[in-house]
Amino acid sequence: MAFLRNNQRRLFAVRSVLLAGLFVLVGSLCYGQAANSCLDCHSAMSGDLGVTQEKFSQDIHAQKGLTCTSCHGGDASSYDPTQAMSRKAGWKGKIDRKQIPALCGSCHSNPTLMKTFNPSLRTDQLDQYHTSIHGKRLASGDAKVAVCVDCHSVHDIRPPRDPRSTVNPVNVAKTCSRCHSDAAYMKQYGIPTDQFANYSTSVHHDALAVRGDLSAPTCTTCHGNHGATPPGVDKVQNVCANCHVFQAQMYAKSTHSKVFQDKGLPGCVVCHSNHGIHRPSDVMLGTGQGGVCMRCHTVGDHCDRARANILSDLNRLDTAVTQADTALRVAESAGMEVSEARLNQDQARDALTKARVTIHSFQTTLVEQDIQAGMKIAVANRKAGEDAMVERNYRRLGLGVCLIAIGVMLVGLWLYITKLES
Amino acid sequence: MIASVVRWLDDRLHLEGLIAPLSHKTVPTHRLTYWYFFGGITLFLFVVQVLTGILLLLYYRPGANEAFESVQYIMTRVQFGWLIRSIHSWSANLMIFTAFVHMFSVAFLKAYRKPRELTWVTGMLLLFLVMGFGFSGYLLPWNTLAFFATKVGTEIAGQVPIIGRPIMIFLRGGEEVTGATLTRFFGFHVAVLPGIVTVLIAIHLFFVQRQGMSVPPQVDAEWTANPSARKEMKFFPNFALRELMAWYVAVGTLGVLAALFPWELGVKADPFISAPAGIKPEWYFLFMFQTLKLIPSKVWFIDGEVLGILGCTLAGLFWVMLPFFEKDKTGLIVTASARSSQIRTLTGGLSVFALAYVVGMTIYGFLAK
Repeated sequence: MAFLRNNQRRLFAVRSVLLAGLFVLVGSLCYGQAANSCLDCHSAMSGDLGVTQEKFSQDIHAQKGLTCTSCHGGDASSYDPTQAMSRKAGWKGKIDRKQIPALCGSCHSNPTLMKTFNPSLRTDQLDQYHTSIHGKRLASGDAKVAVCVDCHSVHDIRPPRDPRSTVNPVNVAKTCSRCHSDAAYMKQYGIPTDQFANYSTSVHHDALAVRGDLSAPTCTTCHGNHGATPPGVDKVQNVCANCHVFQAQMYAKSTHSKVFQDKGLPGCVVCHSNHGIHRPSDVMLGTGQGGVCMRCHTVGDHCDRARANILSDLNRLDTAVTQADTALRVAESAGMEVSEARLNQDQARDALTKARVTIHSFQTTLVEQDIQAGMKIAVANRKAGEDAMVERNYRRLGLGVCLIAIGVMLVGLWLYITKLES
Repeated sequence: MIASVVRWLDDRLHLEGLIAPLSHKTVPTHRLTYWYFFGGITLFLFVVQVLTGILLLLYYRPGANEAFESVQYIMTRVQFGWLIRSIHSWSANLMIFTAFVHMFSVAFLKAYRKPRELTWVTGMLLLFLVMGFGFSGYLLPWNTLAFFATKVGTEIAGQVPIIGRPIMIFLRGGEEVTGATLTRFFGFHVAVLPGIVTVLIAIHLFFVQRQGMSVPPQVDAEWTANPSARKEMKFFPNFALRELMAWYVAVGTLGVLAALFPWELGVKADPFISAPAGIKPEWYFLFMFQTLKLIPSKVWFIDGEVLGILGCTLAGLFWVMLPFFEKDKTGLIVTASARSSQIRTLTGGLSVFALAYVVGMTIYGFLAK
């Protein structure tokens, strides 16, 4: 009897486990196949109303568990259109452009809610947007200005770090250009539409898009993204200082800073332009094509003479560095060891770069200091290369003497052997 | 003056008894005698290695943070440091070259025949050790090429089944090539290998001294047919003076190479950068490296690299055992005369094939990308 009781107990235990497993299995299948009548219908549609499962699955919101109803309301579990898209079920339909920032902000401006998804995500985008020209115009009733979905896309919104995102640093300029390069669209605002064309030729675009340097600036780096300008910047033309710190410090102390400010000139932009910034070169200090100083200054004046002195000094150091390079290359090709001087050449080049930065102080004495420091190193390096060649000649002379001595010894030995064996 | 010093020493040490065997020693003189010089030249270059190595030791500092800088210091600041280092590097390469020439000359002249089997074996061991000198010394300047060549070389050693990985970890002093590897290689290069090589050289020279110089079979046959043609010269001073002339030529060659092509230092090793494209080992490992490169990654079910390493090891072992495959009626293995002759022809063909293979693969390795 005891055996039977034990057997019944075992049978009961097995049944219980199987039943629990069945519940879990059914629950999982139901969960995995949660009904979404929105996508079932809209995936068959085309145009603005068409949203496929494939597209929506790429959206960060879908990946975080949000569904169509999270923004549009309604009842996605019903396949009855009148029930699924009933106002009673909270259906909002297509979101009015003017309502989009507020709708996105209903979650993205809620720190408590956003913390549950991504604690590091900012929650001030909507407030920032209200301070921007886009936000202000939208508030004044201009529905043409950019709202969240114009930049971030819709139904396939990817995080900015995703290279396919429209707001990934590499893609931002192209995203902005969709409106800002459209002359017809921008006509009523009376602003240029060549920014993207100019930016595409710039050193910044080259660094970001060609060389993949994500620290290089794009539109939002200077103009801000949700807000107007980056924090601490009173005017967009001063934003250069955020990256070009030393140049900005030099410029701030210079005579040009005050004069430009008084005349309302846009600082760095006066010489370097804004969107189409090309790689600066010493040609900018010249008087020919590409020269910038003489646009304002008069030939022969005090500033022109200073300009000529600075240019001459830069050329002098540049030439000295090149000559040292040549001397070291010749020595290296002769097999001489000049790696220490080769390493020091970096210091000479750094001094040249520093002098080019110091130009922004517009003080010849400061530039001269950097030039002198660089000249000292470049001259020493050139001498190291030339000394190495003198040493090489000395070695060859020594080799010649040794070979003669060896030759004499060989002849002597041969004569001795011949005498010995004769 | 010299004669009086020698007399003074002889009175006390009886040097006459030591020198007497040398004065009685003779060297066969024939049209192939000049091949005898290569052993002596190799020995001379080994002495050059020891002397220049000791001088380099005065300034060299083993360690990942100091090795490169210390060699740079030797090359730029130490008086004649460039010359000593360049001679050390060139002499190492010349020594391996002359050791190979010596080995092949012995193989072609069949000087390994009975009773010189052990002389051949000790010579082969010396060649392997000399290549070990090259491999361990190559890393010591701690430059990029040396770093990655050592990485590749030890990786290849690690492919040997079962014992490969422990050997690789032992050689590297860990999983990766680091400063620990450098210290270890330095120890091998300046202590372990010189000790073993010195003992083996002594044994090798003792065998040569006891057995005398081998006469090539064809010359021997000519002399047997015509005994009046047999010629010999005294080892001391006749052969020794000729050997001295060869050493002078070696010194001159080293001087030319060191002065015109100083051994370059390269760029300091950086373990975090990727290996330079087309990196190759030193020329004396190139034939093996190229062989491994040519073997497909999988041969049937065996890993290609493992197969290559096993093949090279077996070929090396076979080459070391070469004298034992060639026996005559007086040997341990009694074979019919005709069969013995066939074997002799086969070993001769093998020597030609080995030389052609080593030279051909080395050239191919140089030209291959």
